Amino acid sequence: MRSLGLTILAGASMLATACASNPPPEPTPPPVVAEVPRVAPQPPTPLPANPTPAGPAAGSKADFAAKSTDRVYFDYDQYNLDDADRRSLATQVSWLKQFPSTRVEVQGHADERGTRDYNIALGDRRAQAVSQYLQSQGITSTRIQTISFGKDKPLDMGHDETAWARNRNAYSNIIVEAIS
Amino acid sequence: MTAVRKNPMRHLKIFVIAIAAMMGMSAPAAAQLRVTVVGEEYVPMRIAVPDFDSEGAGAAEIAAQLSDVLRKDLASSAVFELVDKAAFIERDLSFDMAPRYPDWQVAGVSAQALIVGNVIIAPGSNNMTVQFRLYNVYGASQQFARQYTVATPLNWRRLAHRVADDIFSQLTGDGGYFDSRVVFVSKTPGEDPVRGRLAIMDQDGANAEFLLAGFTSVINPRFSPTDQRILYGAYVPDPKYTGATLLRTYLYDIETGRQEVLAEGPNSMDYSARFSPDGRSIALSRAVNGNSDIYVIELARRTSRRLTNDAAIDTSPSFSPDGKMIVFVSDRGLGPQLYIMREDGAQMNCPKGGRDTTCRITFDSGRFTDPVWSPRGDWISFSRQGDGKFSIGVIRTDGSGMRILTDGYQDESPTWSPNGRVIAFERTASRGAGPKLWSVDLTGRNLRRMPTPRDATNPTWGPLLKVEAAQQ
Repeated sequence: MRSLGLTILAGASMLATACASNPPPEPTPPPVVAEVPRVAPQPPTPLPANPTPAGPAAGSKADFAAKSTDRVYFDYDQYNLDDADRRSLATQVSWLKQFPSTRVEVQGHADERGTRDYNIALGDRRAQAVSQYLQSQGITSTRIQTISFGKDKPLDMGHDETAWARNRNAYSNIIVEAIS
Repeated sequence: MTAVRKNPMRHLKIFVIAIAAMMGMSAPAAAQLRVTVVGEEYVPMRIAVPDFDSEGAGAAEIAAQLSDVLRKDLASSAVFELVDKAAFIERDLSFDMAPRYPDWQVAGVSAQALIVGNVIIAPGSNNMTVQFRLYNVYGASQQFARQYTVATPLNWRRLAHRVADDIFSQLTGDGGYFDSRVVFVSKTPGEDPVRGRLAIMDQDGANAEFLLAGFTSVINPRFSPTDQRILYGAYVPDPKYTGATLLRTYLYDIETGRQEVLAEGPNSMDYSARFSPDGRSIALSRAVNGNSDIYVIELARRTSRRLTNDAAIDTSPSFSPDGKMIVFVSDRGLGPQLYIMREDGAQMNCPKGGRDTTCRITFDSGRFTDPVWSPRGDWISFSRQGDGKFSIGVIRTDGSGMRILTDGYQDESPTWSPNGRVIAFERTASRGAGPKLWSVDLTGRNLRRMPTPRDATNPTWGPLLKVEAAQQ
């Protein structure tokens, strides 16, 4: 029952963040979701004196989802970050710097068009690419852990190029919040 | 399949003894009946398997069921062609009398081999004895006879499989594979795809049950080639951080129910663990800082040796049956390909020339993953992705003789039968279809569904179960 709870939680957070995601980069024409304008890189937001009553609590997981782009996408069999990915990750860096007591788990994912072991390796590389970028921007490695789900935890349950593009990603999951 | 195995499996003792041939019936060695093999393919042999005779209360019903399972095993191998019962002429066979050979030779029956058996349940005890004779019909002689005794009739299916293995071995010269089990990951359609439970069944799909109650996100179980232990991975909640996940590697003994954690993250991630042929070591893939390399861990002392040191992905190690070589996947070339190396990491002569510590053995445009060395040592099975499909194939260990056996939308995760003649694998038949288990012969013939109660992934075929030879 414990892992069932985990699964539902993770699934819910995926749904919550899916609409804020960057469009998949490859290889099909952008789906409808791609018409949403990119999230512009944001300068670090100063700590608000009073939390906005309507928004999520500052330093919470929901706050991270609202203020940063928490998922970056990869090309087929690739794990390199492009400029758009780095812009997305900059939003994570600024939030993580603003809340230095938080901790992030970077989850690496692959699409279903591959075998299990190889996709675990690929998902691991994607998670590590994000982890190493966050570290290069000053986030200490002791605040980051990684996990690869390979092809076994798809964001999109579809079975076409659009779904596969969305499922090649690394998702930053806040596992220690900064809420008093 | 709703039951979870609550207790460790009872150690089932089967006593086996040879039965002497009837007086004046011993066959000269030259008359040994053997299935003809052309190239690597068997020419199916006609075999008649009448229902076994029975003695004792309840024995008749078991004899009928046992005979049925025996016939299904033999038919499933495609090595045998079963003679239709309706064609039988001699219907008053007795275990203690020779058959009337001409009745089995006539046109319309033309059985090359005949099996006559008997099931005895001893009065006043639960002991059950199954005895059978294998006759060479055209040689008019008995070729083989044996009897098994068990303390309870409950597991008559195992005896059916044992008899099928004896017949298969006698007539092909190969080892059998019917008295063995397959572990797999059971998936429920519609559930989160990461959820999957460890399950076990007989190789014919009977007796399917869950192995563990608590683990719901199991991946990559791998059977020991020597006993009833398995390695598997499981995604489990990180005890330190709510909402985080660890990928643990477990060593689990099906018979004792004991299990232990061999590895867990998050600082490094071990996965794709597989036993050495003697069951004392495991090879696995360890990812550290985004790079996966191959390690060998000796289980008794937990010492680990690093075998590859390359910036590429190195994963899916599998030992040769002599334990001296390992095949693995690496994308150090262009895309994933198969490589071999020595288990001690020393340099070797590569099949395509040159000396190196690792030698590439696949070179075509496909993407090769999931290599598994055959228990006979002669072939390596793999999954090949190319031309929009995933196929199961085999290749000689020097990279020659590649043969594609299946042609599916997505076929992956091959595993060898204990005799190295059959490959079970996971098939997603079409886009979005649920994964199922299938098997195919080494020759590419005899493609069959392996029945599972739900969807299933990651089959791993265990060794032949053990029997004890009785003192005679």
